[in-house]
Amino acid sequence: MSALVEIRDVSKAFGGVQAVSRVSLDVQEGEILSIIGPNGAGKTTLLNCISSVFHPEKGTIRLDGHELTRLSPPRVAALGVARTFQNIALFRGMTVVDNLMLGRHIHMKNGVLRSMLYWGPGRREEVAHRRVVEDIIDFLEIEAIRKRPVGSLPYGLQKRVELGRALALHPKVLLLDEPMGGTNHEEKEDMARFVLDVNDEWGTTIILIEHDMGVVMDISRRVVVLDLGEKIAEGTPAEVKANPQVVKAYLGTKASA
Amino acid sequence: MPAMTLPQFLLKNAREHPGAPALREKEKGIWQEWSWADYLAHVRAIALGLVSLGFRRDDKLALLSDNRPQVYAAMVAAQAVGGVPVPVYQDSIAREIQYVIDHADAKVVFTEDQEQVDKILDLKGSLKKVERVIYEDPKGLRHYRDPLLMSLEELEERGRKLDAERPGLFEELVGATRPEDVALICYTSGTTGVPKGAMISHANLVSAIEGILQIEHYDRTDQMLAYLPPAWIGDTFWSLAGSLIVGCTVNCPERPETVLENLREIGPHFLVAPPRIWENLVSAVQVKMADASWVKRYLYRWLMPAGEEAARRTMEKRPLSLRLRLLRALGEFLVFAPLRDHLGFGRTRYAYSGGAPLGPEVFLFFRAIGINLKQVYGQTEAGGVSCVQHDGDIKLGTVGKPFPNTEVRLTETGEVISRSPCVFVGYYKNPEATAATIRDGWLHSGDAALFDQDGHLVVIDRAKDVTALANGTKFAPQYIENKLKFSAYVKEAVVVGQDRPYVGAMINIDMENVGKWAERRQIAYTTYTDLAQKREVYDLIAQEVERVNRDLPEGTRIHKYVLLHKELDPDDEEVTRTRKVRRGFVAKKYADIIDALYSKAPVVGVTSLITYQDGRQATVRTELAIRQVGEARELAAV
Repeated sequence: MSALVEIRDVSKAFGGVQAVSRVSLDVQEGEILSIIGPNGAGKTTLLNCISSVFHPEKGTIRLDGHELTRLSPPRVAALGVARTFQNIALFRGMTVVDNLMLGRHIHMKNGVLRSMLYWGPGRREEVAHRRVVEDIIDFLEIEAIRKRPVGSLPYGLQKRVELGRALALHPKVLLLDEPMGGTNHEEKEDMARFVLDVNDEWGTTIILIEHDMGVVMDISRRVVVLDLGEKIAEGTPAEVKANPQVVKAYLGTKASA
Repeated sequence: MPAMTLPQFLLKNAREHPGAPALREKEKGIWQEWSWADYLAHVRAIALGLVSLGFRRDDKLALLSDNRPQVYAAMVAAQAVGGVPVPVYQDSIAREIQYVIDHADAKVVFTEDQEQVDKILDLKGSLKKVERVIYEDPKGLRHYRDPLLMSLEELEERGRKLDAERPGLFEELVGATRPEDVALICYTSGTTGVPKGAMISHANLVSAIEGILQIEHYDRTDQMLAYLPPAWIGDTFWSLAGSLIVGCTVNCPERPETVLENLREIGPHFLVAPPRIWENLVSAVQVKMADASWVKRYLYRWLMPAGEEAARRTMEKRPLSLRLRLLRALGEFLVFAPLRDHLGFGRTRYAYSGGAPLGPEVFLFFRAIGINLKQVYGQTEAGGVSCVQHDGDIKLGTVGKPFPNTEVRLTETGEVISRSPCVFVGYYKNPEATAATIRDGWLHSGDAALFDQDGHLVVIDRAKDVTALANGTKFAPQYIENKLKFSAYVKEAVVVGQDRPYVGAMINIDMENVGKWAERRQIAYTTYTDLAQKREVYDLIAQEVERVNRDLPEGTRIHKYVLLHKELDPDDEEVTRTRKVRRGFVAKKYADIIDALYSKAPVVGVTSLITYQDGRQATVRTELAIRQVGEARELAAV
C-alpha cells in the first residue's frame, strides 16, 4: 500500500542551523499522525516543507504521487493540503463567514467581473460555496459568532474558526500546528473532539503538532518524534511512550545518583 | 372547544391548513420550515416507528434535547400511540437524568446528539428498563456500535414501512386516544426533595389553553419562539399544546447561544420567559447604554423615567399630565420603539413572565418601553398557567386574576388553592404526594398569597419561606432578592435572617457585567472568586444594597452581606433547573458563611466541594470578606 504523503530524506537548513535533517515519513490515508518533540526540533519546519512555505534543500515530498517539493503554496493547497498556524492566520477585521468563504477561494471559478454581477453564475457560485461554509459552521458549532469580526473573538474560538477556514478547502490532508496551544482545558477537549470528528466524518488525513501529551496520546493513531531535526522514533502512542530515546529527549538523561 | 387529544388537533390542523407553517428551525443559517402536513408526516413516521419497536399504550418516551421540531414531533408521536412523553432537563447531571428516566419507566429515550447519547450510554448499567436510544444528529456517532442505538432517520424509515404495510393504523391509534389519557409527565425540580413526576392529561392541557384563550387573543398566523427547556411546563404549555390547539407557528432557535438574535429575526407575537431572562435583558440594555454615545445616554436617562412614570400611572389608572404625555411620545419615538425593535419585541402582543416572581423594577422597565409584559402564575400541577394579568387591568406586584375556568381561593394560612379542569391527574407512582397535594378536589400550591381589594392575586413567596427575624418582624426573602437582582451587577442573591437579629444577604455577582465594569476601571482580576473579593467590587455592590435598602421598611433592611466565591449552580443542587434557590439546602451548605454574617468576624474561610458536569468533584479553599452596609462610608468619615 502506498502512502498518501511520502516524505523522503527531507533536509532544510537556515544558515548554519540544520532545522530538519534527512527525515523520512509515510502518512497513510485517513490516519491522525502527531509530530511531537522539544522546542526547535523542526516540527513546524517540516509542516512548512509539506505546505511548500519552504522548499527543502534535499529530499522529496509526494502527495498521492504528485511531487510537492518545488510547487508554490497555492498549488499545494489546490492539490488538497490545508493548514492552520501556530499563531492564527485569519483576517481579524473580517467576519467569521467571510474568513471561511476565503477558504473556499481556491474552488471559485468565476473571475472578478463575473463575481461583481449580482445575478447569474456569480450568484449561483456564491450560494453553493456559502452552503459548504454553513455546513462547516454547523459542524464546528459556531453559529452564534457567524457575523462577528474574528478579532473580537476569544482565542479559543479563533482557533476553531481557523480550523474551519482550513476545512473550507475540503482538503485531503490537514496540517494542524498546535491547534490546542494557549487554550483552556475545556477548549482543548472541544478541539480534540472536532479533530476526531473531522477525521471520522470526512476521512481527512490529519498531521498534527501538539505539546499536550494527553491529547496526543488520546487522539493519534501514530506518533512521530523529532529531536534536533531528526526523527528519533515512530509508532503507536504506546510504543512511543515506552521508547527510551523519547524519554531521554523529553526528560533529559538520568542524572547520576 | 371539542374534547380532543393533542394528536387529534394535529390531524385537524394538517387537514384544514396543510401548507401553513407549523414549525421552523434555523439551520445552516436559514429558517427551515415544516408545514402542518410535514409535521403530521414526521409524527406519523415516528409514531409507527415506535410501534415497530414494541412501544405500546402507556409506555414512556423520555426526551433529552434542546428545542427542535423533532422533539415536539416525538412527543406528539408518543401521545399518538397512547404513550407518554417525559421531557428531561437537557442540562441535568447524570444522577438526575438516571433518576427521572428510571423512575418514569421509560422504554425509549430520544436524544439530540452525541453529548446526550454519551450521557445515556454511561448510565446504561443503571437504566435497565430502557430498550432503545434514538438519536437525531448522527455527528460523531458513526463508530458507535451499541445495540441500543438507533438513528431517528432509521426509526422514521421503519415507521413509513409499517405505514405502507398497514395503512390506516396511525389514524386508528390516534382515534383511540382519549382526552383523559396522560399527555405528559413533567418532573418538577422542586425546591425540596426528589423530583416528582406530574401526570398531566390531554384534557388538562386543553382546558388550560382554553382558559388563556378566554382572556387573550391568539391567531393561527402568530409566531412564537420555543427556547426554554422542553422539560419545563412553561415551554410545553405554549410550544406543544398552545401551538397544536391554536395552530400557530413554533420557531426553534439555531443554538442556545443565538436565542437573542433569533428572537429579533422572528419578532414573536407572544413570548414567555422566566424572570431571569427579563432580568438579563434589562442588564444587557443597561450595559449597552453605559457604553453608548453621550447623546444616547442622555436621551435614555432623560426619557426613561418619564416612560416609567407614565407606565406606573397608567397601571394605577391615574390620568397622565400633558407634560408626561409629550415626554412619553418623544420617548416612544427616540428611545422606546427603537429599543423594542432592537430586542425583538416589535410586534409582541403579549409578553409573559412566569415561573417565579418578577421584581417590580424589571416589570416597570418593560412596561415603560411599551412592551405588554404581564405576570402569569400557575403550577405544573395545574396544566401550567392559571392566572394572568388582564390587559387594561394590570397592577404592579400582582399576578392578575384566575382564568374564568379556574377557581382560586386562599386557605386560612394564606396558601393558594385552586380547582379547575386543569388540575393534574397525580404524581406518577407517588400516591402519598398526590393525596397531600390534591385535597377534596383542591390543588394545594404551597404558595403564600393574598387577594388585594380589586381581586388581584399577590403571591408573596413560597408559604414555607415567609419568615421572621428574632424580634418577630416578618419578611419575604424572595422579595428582597428580586430587588437585588434588578442590578446588572447582581446575578443571584440569597437573603437570610430567620430567627436572627437582622437581615443578611449572600450575593453572586454577574461575572460578565462586573468584569466589564472592572476592565473599564483597569482593575485586574483572574477568576470569578478573585473578582468577587475585590474591595472595589464590594464598594460597587454596596451602592446596590443601599439602593434596595431605601425601599425596604427599617426593620428588614440588609445589614450585612457577603459576595460568594462561586455561582449558585443547579449541578451543585443549590438552585433548581428553573433557577429557584433551594433555601434549605443552601442554608445547610453555607451555614458557616451565614453564621459569619451574624458574628463580628471580618472574613470567613470556606472550603467548598464543586461538582463538575461529568460528576467529578473537587475542593476549593478561599476566604470571603463580610461587609456591613454603610461600613465604607463610616470608615471614610473617620
